[in-house]
Amino acid sequence: MSVFNFTLKELQEKLHNKEVTVTELVQASFDRIDQVDDQVKAFITLNREAALAQAKELDQQPNSGSNPLFGIPIGIKDNIVTKGLRTTCASQLLDNFTDPLYDATVIEKLAKQQTVTIGKLNMDEFAMGSSNENSSYFTTRNPWNTDYVPGGSSGGSAASVAAEEVFFSLGSDTGGSIREPAAYCGVVGLKPTYGLVSRFGLVAFASSLDQIGPITRTVEDNAHLLQAIVGHDPMDSTSVNVDIPNYADALKQDVKGLKIAVPKEYLSEQEGLDPEVREAVLAALKVYEDLGATWEEVSLPHSKYGIAAYYLLASSEASANLARFDGVRYGVRTENADNMIDLFKKSRSEGFGDEVKRRIMLGTFALSSGYYDAFYKKAQKVRTLIKNDFDQVFEKYDVIIGPTTPTTAFKVGEKVDDPLTMYANDLLTIPVNLAGVPGMSLPCGFSKKTGLPIGLQIIAKHFGEDTIYRAAHAFEQATDHHKQRPNLGGEQA
Amino acid sequence: MVEISKEQVKHVAHLARLALTDEEVESMTKHLGDIIHYAELLNELETTDVAPTAHVLDLKNVMRKDEPRKWIERDDALKNGPDVKDGQFRVPSILE
Repeated sequence: MSVFNFTLKELQEKLHNKEVTVTELVQASFDRIDQVDDQVKAFITLNREAALAQAKELDQQPNSGSNPLFGIPIGIKDNIVTKGLRTTCASQLLDNFTDPLYDATVIEKLAKQQTVTIGKLNMDEFAMGSSNENSSYFTTRNPWNTDYVPGGSSGGSAASVAAEEVFFSLGSDTGGSIREPAAYCGVVGLKPTYGLVSRFGLVAFASSLDQIGPITRTVEDNAHLLQAIVGHDPMDSTSVNVDIPNYADALKQDVKGLKIAVPKEYLSEQEGLDPEVREAVLAALKVYEDLGATWEEVSLPHSKYGIAAYYLLASSEASANLARFDGVRYGVRTENADNMIDLFKKSRSEGFGDEVKRRIMLGTFALSSGYYDAFYKKAQKVRTLIKNDFDQVFEKYDVIIGPTTPTTAFKVGEKVDDPLTMYANDLLTIPVNLAGVPGMSLPCGFSKKTGLPIGLQIIAKHFGEDTIYRAAHAFEQATDHHKQRPNLGGEQA
Repeated sequence: MVEISKEQVKHVAHLARLALTDEEVESMTKHLGDIIHYAELLNELETTDVAPTAHVLDLKNVMRKDEPRKWIERDDALKNGPDVKDGQFRVPSILE
């Protein structure tokens, strides 16, 4: 039986009883990568030597078995800075950024738990995209069917977990970039409340929306990984100082009496919704009824304005954040610049891909003199209305449940030519970022037509991650979707 | 309705420090125009009395103590630079 079939807790028992070693776990990760990553293409950079050396050291250390993360191989999205380990953001502009000078706060926190970083995961360039096709290296494939996209922008993070190349991974989510790929790849992905996880060392895309979050195969593992990375950080001025609950405790509660809101804009009146996705979500709501929860239809009336508001705000913030990539202090510099402005322009234009340029242009336009009020400020006001929609629903309900995405994964190449069609994938995830509330995607079924996974989205009020875990765990334990595995061929170690 | 011209795209590209090819100007004019038209959907909403949201947290002027601490040394700070000389980043001349 493969080591990837065990939960973190089960693995710790095996490590503690010396039935398995950290070196064996790390080797199992690399063996699997050697076996299937030419199909999945999840990794940009591998950390093979350092990971195996660290594993050897950890095997010499006493392990009480009480730390669920001890010695567990993890993959890191390539926009999270890792000291001495190449960090590219999947951009040619950072292709030569081989020696980052510090670790992101989340990486420092993982180091304390003694996880083992296996490598850096592919993504849409600078986290801008919903399919991984905007990576400047290659497109990661969906492990369930490699003709299909894994979703994005954390496509490598979700695919590597689904393909059992790592036990879990970190992604980042600005408009759905953890939840959409988690839905497409059939894994559990959480976007935490804005401010719960430090963004220090996350290469900034849209600073008022970005959050780092855990991607795992089970809800329980997800709770353990989140627990390790949360907490106030003086290095991030938007990191919030709140009491952190024990998320694993939330898993022990049932959902009797849980009040679920189902927005009609996400389900009954969602015109682009695939009937199979609707069916799977309704079946999930039936499971909740059987477990003693209740659900009612509600309205989030400003949902349809989310995409427009998001693209204006996120692109505006991106246009400012990406100004730092100028070819002077790090990154690739043009070889034919006549003067300083020319050096900036040519380095950036040679380094950035089409979608990144498009968003920098949109953001610069929305912030430019004469258009600021009509676009940027207008979008900020609509953001207020969207946030108010959520606040009102959470006065009466514990969680909001709906689909994560309107459809299952689409084919590679199907939507690349039309940015607006691509943006529509994020319809149901974007409002969550605008409101700053936490949201999770977990598997709730599979398409009968394609066999691809369907994602259920659970949303709670600010800092309501414990309620999400409670609801998600109860559903997961009552179903067996999380036990399905993609067939990539080859036998597991 | 806001129309985007090629001249405007070139102006915005200059502000954004991007050098676009003629082809890119062409496609960017179309794509930006499409997205801006789509964004005009927001004008359906009356927002005169709505306060803008910059971010969702109830935080203002977060400060930490201004204390010196050990951070990156100069040699380290320079080691990812594409062109480095005499302990500094080298760039083209900025004075005529």
